[in-house]
Amino acid sequence: MEKPSYIESRIWLEEPEPNNAFACRAAYCHGYDVYGELVGNAGWADMLYLLFKGEAPARPQAAALQVLAVALANPGPREASVHAAMCAGVSGSPAAAALTAALAVGAGGAGGARELFLAMESWLACEKQLELWKRHLSEPAPLHDAPLGIWPAAEHPAGFDPLGVATPTPVKQVLARLALLDGESRCAWLQANLPSLEQAAGHPLSLIGVAAAAFADLGMSAEEGEMLFLLLRLPGAAAHALEQRALGHKRFPFYEIELESSADGAST
Amino acid sequence: MTSEAFGPELLSKNVGRVKSRVGACFLGSHVIFRGEELHAGLAAGRWMDVFVFGITGRRFSDEALRLLEAIWTHTSYPDSRIWNNRVAALAGSARTTGNLALSAALAVSEAAIFGRGIDIRASDFLIRTRSELLAGGELGPWVRRELTERRSLAGYGRPVSNRKDERLDPILSLARSLGLGDGPYVQLAHDIDRFLLESRLRMRMNYGAIAAALTADVGLSPREHYLFMYPAFLAGMPPCYLDAVARPEGTVLPLRCDGVAYRGTAKRTWKIG
Repeated sequence: MEKPSYIESRIWLEEPEPNNAFACRAAYCHGYDVYGELVGNAGWADMLYLLFKGEAPARPQAAALQVLAVALANPGPREASVHAAMCAGVSGSPAAAALTAALAVGAGGAGGARELFLAMESWLACEKQLELWKRHLSEPAPLHDAPLGIWPAAEHPAGFDPLGVATPTPVKQVLARLALLDGESRCAWLQANLPSLEQAAGHPLSLIGVAAAAFADLGMSAEEGEMLFLLLRLPGAAAHALEQRALGHKRFPFYEIELESSADGAST
Repeated sequence: MTSEAFGPELLSKNVGRVKSRVGACFLGSHVIFRGEELHAGLAAGRWMDVFVFGITGRRFSDEALRLLEAIWTHTSYPDSRIWNNRVAALAGSARTTGNLALSAALAVSEAAIFGRGIDIRASDFLIRTRSELLAGGELGPWVRRELTERRSLAGYGRPVSNRKDERLDPILSLARSLGLGDGPYVQLAHDIDRFLLESRLRMRMNYGAIAAALTADVGLSPREHYLFMYPAFLAGMPPCYLDAVARPEGTVLPLRCDGVAYRGTAKRTWKIG
C-alpha cells in the first residue's frame, strides 16, 4: 500500500531557517505566528482553545476554559490519579512515570477521563431536554449497546457520584461560576435543573458532570474533552508527586492488607 | 461487587486497608499468590504459568503454556516503523529511559486498529459467533449483520497490508504439533475466512483472529485473552529502543520543516486584547 512520506496537519505550519531545513524559523498555529505574536499576547487558555478548535476563543470561552483549568488542576492527594502519581514520587520513579501513573489511573470510567467522555456523549444525546435526560438516566445500561471493548463496563451514570450523598460544595461553586458566564449555556441549564437530574440519576452531580457540560459548551467533542480533562488534571499530580518524593516513603502509608476467602485460588 | 453498605459507609469500610482476593506478600516470611505459596513451587516453574494463573486462577497444561508463549513470539517484530515500536525507537532517539520507552510502546499497543483493542473484540466475536451457531444460527447472515452493525470484523483485514498474514501458517503448524491446532474456535475462524473470501469481501483472516481462536480453544475468556496478550509485542521493542540509543541522538525519523504538509488556515493576525 502506498503511504505518504510526509505528515499532514491542519494545525501547525513551520517555516525553516534559510541555512537549516530542520530548524524552525517561524511556527504558525492555525495561521497565528506562535513565537512572533502569540507568545506574550495569548494566555494558556487561549492557546489550548486555539489548538483544539482552530480559532481564537471569544472572551467568555477563554474565561470558561480558565475556570475549568483552575478547578481541575488539582484533584488533591486523596484522589486516585494523584495517589498513583505520589506512589511514583515516593518510589523515586522518573517524573514521566509519575505523570504516566496519573494519566493511566485518571483515564478510567470511575472518576476519570472515560467517565467524562461518556458524560459528554450524554450531553450530545440529550442536550438541554429534561425528558431525554430523565429517560437516559433511568436506563441501567450504557447509552448504546457497546460491543465488548478494552474499557470495563460503566457501573453508574456518567457525571454523577455513585458514592456521594449530596452535591459537594465545590461542585456547586464551579457550576455557579460557569453558569454565570452564559445564561443560555448547558452549565446554566444544568444548574437550573440540578435537583431533577440528580433525582433521575439517583446520585449527586460530580465535578466530572460539570466539566462535561462546560466542555460541551466550549464546542468540544467527547474525544477533545477527554484529552483536555487528562491534561488539565496533571499539575496537581505533578506537585504532589514531588512533595511526597521529598518526604520519602517512610512517611507515606503502606497500609494493612486483608485477604478475603477467594484468595484460596478460585478464579474471580 | 455487591455490598449492603453504600456511599460514605462503603468507603469507610475500606479506609486504611487493601482488601484482596488474589494474594499478598508477608515480608520476611512468604507470599500468597492466588492461594498458593509463591516460593513453594509456583515460582520455580515457568513465568507463563504464573502469568496466566494470575489472570485466570486456573492452571494450564505444558502444551497450552508452550502454545501461549508461541503466540507472543510469533508476533515479536523488531521493526521501528510499526506505530508502537516506533514509540520505543523515538524514545531511544530522545534518550529517555528504557522502562518509559517500553511502557509507552505497550500502552500504544492497546490500539483500536491492532493489538489489544482487536484482541478483545476478536475473542468476543468468535465466542458470540459459536454460541449463535450452536443455537441454530447461520454463519453468513450473522457475519453480515456484525459487519453492518460494527463496520468491521475484529481479526479480519489488516491496516497496512492485504496479503496473507505471514504468522498464520507457522503458529498453526506449531499448534497442531502440540495437539491444539484444530479446536472448534480455530475451525470457526477458518470458516469465517472462507465465507469472507467466497463473498468477495476483501478481509483476510489476520493473526488477531487466530490468536483469539487458539486461546479460546484452551479456555480463555475475551477479557482473559486481552490481558494475556498484553506483552505480546514486547520482545520486539527493546531492539528498537536499543538500536535508536546506539545511533546519534535525535536521528530516528527526523522531519524537515517541509515534511509536515500544512492543510490549515492561511496566516492571520492575533487580535490583542
